[in-house]
Amino acid sequence: MQRFSCPFCGLRDEREFHFAGEAGKTRPDTTQDVSDKEWANYLFFCKNTKGPTREIWVHTTCQEYFIMERDSVTMEVLGTTAMRKDTA
Amino acid sequence: MTSTLAQKSAKATQGEIDMTRHYSAFSVFREGLKGHKGWAPLWRSPAPQDAYDVIVIGGGGHGLATAYYLAKNHGIRKVAVIEKGWLGGGNTGRNTTVIRSNYFYPESTRLYDLSVRLYEKLSRDINYNVMFSQRGMMVLTHSEAEMEIASRTVNAMQINGVDAELLDVKDVQKKAPILNYRSDARYPIHGAIFQGRGGTGRHDAVAWGYARAADQQGVDIIQNCEVTGFLIEGGVCKGVETTLGKIRSDRVGVAVAGHSSVLAEMGGYNLPINSYALQAFVTEAVKPVMDTVAFSPMTGSYFSQSDKGGLVIGGGLDRIPSYAQRGNTPTQETVLSGIIEMAPALAKVKLLRHWAGNVDVSPDSSPLIGPSGTQGIYINCGWGTGGFKAIPAGGYVFAHLLATGNHHDISRPFDPDRFRTGRLLDEAAGSGIAH
Amino acid sequence: MTGHRIGTRGLLDRSKTLSFRFDGKTYQGFQGDTVASALLASGVRIFGRSFKYHRPRGVWGAWFDDPNAIVDIKHGGVHYPNCQATMTQLVDGMEVRSVNAWPTAQKDLKGILDLAQRFMPAGFYYKMFMWPDWHLFEPMIRKMAGIGTLSADVQDDFEAAILHEHCETLVIGGGPAGLTAARAAAKAGKSVLLIDDHPDFGGSSYRYPNDAAEGPSYWVAEQLSAIEDAGGRVLSSTTAIGVYDHQAVSIVTDRGLGTAPVVRKLRPDNVIVATGAVDRPVTFSNNDRPGVMSLDAGAEFLARFGVLVGQQIAILSNRPDAHDVAAQLENAGAKVDLLDPKSDPAKAIGYRNLKGVRVAGHTYPCDTILASAGLTPLVHLWRHAGGKLDWDEGRQTFVPSTGPDWMRVIGGANGTYERSAVEEEARSAALNTSRPERHVYSISPLLPNTKNTEGRQWIDFQHDVTLKDVALAHRENMVSVEHLKRYTTLGMAGDQGKTSNIAGLAAMADLKGQRIPEVGTTTFRPPFVPVPLEAYRGASRDTQVAPLKRLTLEPEHRALGAALGEYGGWLRPAWYGGDDEQSAVASECKIARDAAAIMDGSALGTIEVIGPDARAFVNFVYYNTMSNLKPGRIRYGFMLTESGLVFDDGVIACVDETRFIISCSSSHADAVMAHLENWRQDSFDPDRVHIHDTTQNWSTVTIAGPKARAIVDALGVLDTLDDFAHMTLRFGAFEDVPARVARVSFTGDSSFEVSVPNSAAVRLWQRAIAAGKPHGAGPVGAEALVVLRAEKGYIIVGKDTEGETMPHDLGFGAPRLRKSAAFVGDRSLHTENANREDRKQFVGLSVEDGEPKLPIGAHIVTVQNGERRSLGYVTSSHDSPTLERPIALALVSGGLGAMGQPVEIYHMGKTRRATITPSCAFDTEGARIDA
Repeated sequence: MQRFSCPFCGLRDEREFHFAGEAGKTRPDTTQDVSDKEWANYLFFCKNTKGPTREIWVHTTCQEYFIMERDSVTMEVLGTTAMRKDTA
Repeated sequence: MTSTLAQKSAKATQGEIDMTRHYSAFSVFREGLKGHKGWAPLWRSPAPQDAYDVIVIGGGGHGLATAYYLAKNHGIRKVAVIEKGWLGGGNTGRNTTVIRSNYFYPESTRLYDLSVRLYEKLSRDINYNVMFSQRGMMVLTHSEAEMEIASRTVNAMQINGVDAELLDVKDVQKKAPILNYRSDARYPIHGAIFQGRGGTGRHDAVAWGYARAADQQGVDIIQNCEVTGFLIEGGVCKGVETTLGKIRSDRVGVAVAGHSSVLAEMGGYNLPINSYALQAFVTEAVKPVMDTVAFSPMTGSYFSQSDKGGLVIGGGLDRIPSYAQRGNTPTQETVLSGIIEMAPALAKVKLLRHWAGNVDVSPDSSPLIGPSGTQGIYINCGWGTGGFKAIPAGGYVFAHLLATGNHHDISRPFDPDRFRTGRLLDEAAGSGIAH
Repeated sequence: MTGHRIGTRGLLDRSKTLSFRFDGKTYQGFQGDTVASALLASGVRIFGRSFKYHRPRGVWGAWFDDPNAIVDIKHGGVHYPNCQATMTQLVDGMEVRSVNAWPTAQKDLKGILDLAQRFMPAGFYYKMFMWPDWHLFEPMIRKMAGIGTLSADVQDDFEAAILHEHCETLVIGGGPAGLTAARAAAKAGKSVLLIDDHPDFGGSSYRYPNDAAEGPSYWVAEQLSAIEDAGGRVLSSTTAIGVYDHQAVSIVTDRGLGTAPVVRKLRPDNVIVATGAVDRPVTFSNNDRPGVMSLDAGAEFLARFGVLVGQQIAILSNRPDAHDVAAQLENAGAKVDLLDPKSDPAKAIGYRNLKGVRVAGHTYPCDTILASAGLTPLVHLWRHAGGKLDWDEGRQTFVPSTGPDWMRVIGGANGTYERSAVEEEARSAALNTSRPERHVYSISPLLPNTKNTEGRQWIDFQHDVTLKDVALAHRENMVSVEHLKRYTTLGMAGDQGKTSNIAGLAAMADLKGQRIPEVGTTTFRPPFVPVPLEAYRGASRDTQVAPLKRLTLEPEHRALGAALGEYGGWLRPAWYGGDDEQSAVASECKIARDAAAIMDGSALGTIEVIGPDARAFVNFVYYNTMSNLKPGRIRYGFMLTESGLVFDDGVIACVDETRFIISCSSSHADAVMAHLENWRQDSFDPDRVHIHDTTQNWSTVTIAGPKARAIVDALGVLDTLDDFAHMTLRFGAFEDVPARVARVSFTGDSSFEVSVPNSAAVRLWQRAIAAGKPHGAGPVGAEALVVLRAEKGYIIVGKDTEGETMPHDLGFGAPRLRKSAAFVGDRSLHTENANREDRKQFVGLSVEDGEPKLPIGAHIVTVQNGERRSLGYVTSSHDSPTLERPIALALVSGGLGAMGQPVEIYHMGKTRRATITPSCAFDTEGARIDA
């Protein structure tokens, strides 16, 4: 059982969290032309890094999304930060 | 030692030493009388050559089957299979050995049923007993609404030419008396989707059998050789760099489930894949109590009984993306409590061992077979939790792709371009069956 | 009689005699005995038969390292398969049965299999049984395999929660090392938990009587009281089964037969592993005979149970302390020969009973052989935690090297056996001072001799793996350590290689001409010892597997005779009155169409969106345009996934510019909430829009039908219902609480959803039922509602849609083409796939007069090139009481363009005909909705 630190609630059981995707993806402006490739890259493709990663997670009990840096091999958590600096 | 073995087997092929290569009851008997001293090695341990017609990265089931069919179906024998550890050491040796083709969409059916059909003949084809046991696979239903969805799936399978039956609870009880038939169960059994041709196989034997057969066709299987990069010249792949040096080839196939994204980064292409740990469990051996495979979609747990007697248990993916080949306790509790819910009589059976493999999870849980995006590199990945059952077909169509440069009709729908066209093949969408 | 009880030694309570049966014969033992010690004390030697060759087997080890003495136990009507006799505490009246043997372990008819052993080398089954077909042979092989027998009766009535435990320092193993460490840590002020898997603490203390006159029991008791005096806690019969990510440890407490073991999970700051070491077998001819035991087992049975395992004992060991054990056994009355273990080939003489051992050409008569090729430290937990191992040439085994700083391995588990060195290590670990130098210890190598594979020399007892099998694996190039294990099954038995791994590795290393560490080790997998599945179950049983959501009005429904069913995770009334579902549903449909249905709509998800950006937010998360939804108005719409698939449908009401109320499918409220939060935090300023799930706070009574207006009027919630148009929202009060009334309909009739806080739900329901009665209205359950909405062709997401359905497949194509603002899933509606003309579309199906209804799940098929192909399937199908004919809904490829066309329907091998129709079969003009 792993534990993650929600920036708002502190250390909690992994069961309270949900992986929401890799950090750093921006939704294309769909009011403009978006190519199939661009859309597929945004929607499906990912780095899936082995080793230190930067991901978005949600703490389902407080429903806040946050950024977690962790190692996908050792499972070590390297740090968590709120998405918005002013609420951290 | 390695070189001695290589020499010995080289001599054996020339008929200078009478080593037993063909397997049969008779050869076991004859060797038994001689103290089993005459068995030939299952495969050589050759040093890599400078260049090959095709390089297959990954000495798991898919990679070895690919090499075998390259040689057998396409006459391409100058093939190297490069494995960073020991052959069959990835998901081929870590799964729960289920083989089935109870799929909803015709595209999936064609692929997975090709696999079942190849499995049906495999032991004799490769002269190695992979113990494909067609004891049947049942997907339980727990409500009348699920029975309706089940009949949708059964009809789809029948229309697609695959054997399928809709069982009522009495039929289920006949086939698997050990399950939970209490009417007050949280998930009472109403019936099941049954595929009689489904079942289990001996996972290691599939890797070993293909390796032996490929080796006999002249394929070089190079273990303990890790790919560290691709030789890219003018944007085109010309081979690989490995811990044993450069090996050149114009066609490189990548079949490294669990690490597909790592190779993708080296090869300069992208994949829509996340790696997750998938756990499996085995109990101590008990006398036969379960003659089929049963899966409960509500708990996500399933089990069968191995020929040795151990109950082989599986469930859903761990919830944390991972490259660690170990699982997490919450999933263990979910899967094992689900098993007792399914079959309370198993409560006192002891868990012997649990482990995990790393699987490629694609957005539609269907595999990706096709050109990688970097010229000269082809991919076979994204099998999710169900790669084992697809080994023969995966190898068969991937060999076709590597040999001809073109898709086999069966693999075309699984080309990665589907993520651009939107033609996803999400089985869960139609059949409600997790992979 | 070989083994017998002596003197007063041991930890037994000799005042309590226990009686039990083994293979039909009655035996006696004492309180504190294990099944193995009691049987050994009675002179029993053969406990079972081996897995493959049915060789007679006795006890090898005295505790979890015994691979041989596996028994089935029946007690209190419960069946316990595959119990280790050496670990099972004796209970009065227990029935013990040997495994893999018939009729008994002593006389097993399948023992004849051993004669055919030469035709059954490792992996023989891979080489044969292919012709004519594996299925011919498999049932026979399966019957031969397996160990214990499982009762088919349900045996899961024992409950045990999974508990959480806390401590700063966890000490695993209560032998000399663990006791010393726990005492030192507790004294230093740490909160300490000490566990040991035996019922009694002390570990190896009893085997190595110290010089103190009081004896080991006194020393152990002294340590325990010191630990407890300093605030430490101890748990006996408790095993650490695994170390997991983030420093988590699981421990299991055996509570004896008749209950389930308890799992505790904890995350200590420091873990001290003092799990000891076990003997590894000496590889010689017939080394599997009953009576060949580990050196420590000989000492342990004597020390703990007062059992002298033999009269005439030969010791074959390279351990320097073999003399001490010999002396103890001699003191207890045995005749002991210390033989040179290295002169090969040694050979055990005798079949069922050991008669002697042949060493260096000389036969020594004996009834027991105590063997040890050295000690193997139990480093499993260290490996679980990611610690590394080094090969130690002096110790001839792997010992812990670098690893996590929060774990320390001490004592036997660290390869340290000398008492003062053990205690030094223990204190250092307890106080977390730097690790002392590894104590010097050296034994002469005693490894399998691969040059001499004469006779049969066992490497893995339980799985019948011999030295010849290792040689065969090598010959066949199965030389990787994992291939060796998987091919020969070495190390895969119940003891998971605790006894066999080193010998197997050593043999392979020798054959390959490598050093043992170059061959490597296999992975150490949890659990450390086999654990019953029930231990992992915890409280997750029956309803707790997935608790149902309950309605505030459930007692009201029960009072009205409702049949309750599970719908989207909620327990809801399916129909009212009686067991006859069909007639109840038909009459409820009639009530709904003729008068009014009174329904509990509380399970419907209700989510409020509030804030200055609320309008922009709902416009973004809905497929349909919401930018122009006026206050007081309600609009039907879809939420899509970013892949453009229909995620949920429902109505949304605009209260004012900054407040919207979303209704979503009852099964989907949690998922919709998560979906909305995701987009709120991704694409909006979270300070300017908030979302709030109010589903559990409000109850809703829905009144739908021609008489609905009159009934709602009687409730007095609104001053007037005049000009209260369909798809509008009003606020009022019910008695003393606020209420809101939404005019939305899922039946196609004039309909009012009256929502009040839960506190007023019962009153509202009762008032509605009472007010409805004079009009002929009454309660209507979920089953009738499903029929009523199907008559109107209203979809249920997940039933009438699939994971490929986009809104334009349902006939809602306009926003896809016209909505200019961005919305979730927008771009995915314009892929090649989204533009396909053969997409499955939502339609109705009708059958010829007099034909029965279509089965749900039947497929619409066509034949192309002689092959049947599916075009889609029936998603809903009912006998409509209103229309007095069957109705059906379906997803059909190109269906919206095929109105009136006949189609072929396939179901379970049979075909029939149907006709594609519009999905709405009733009141197609929509006249009733505002009636």
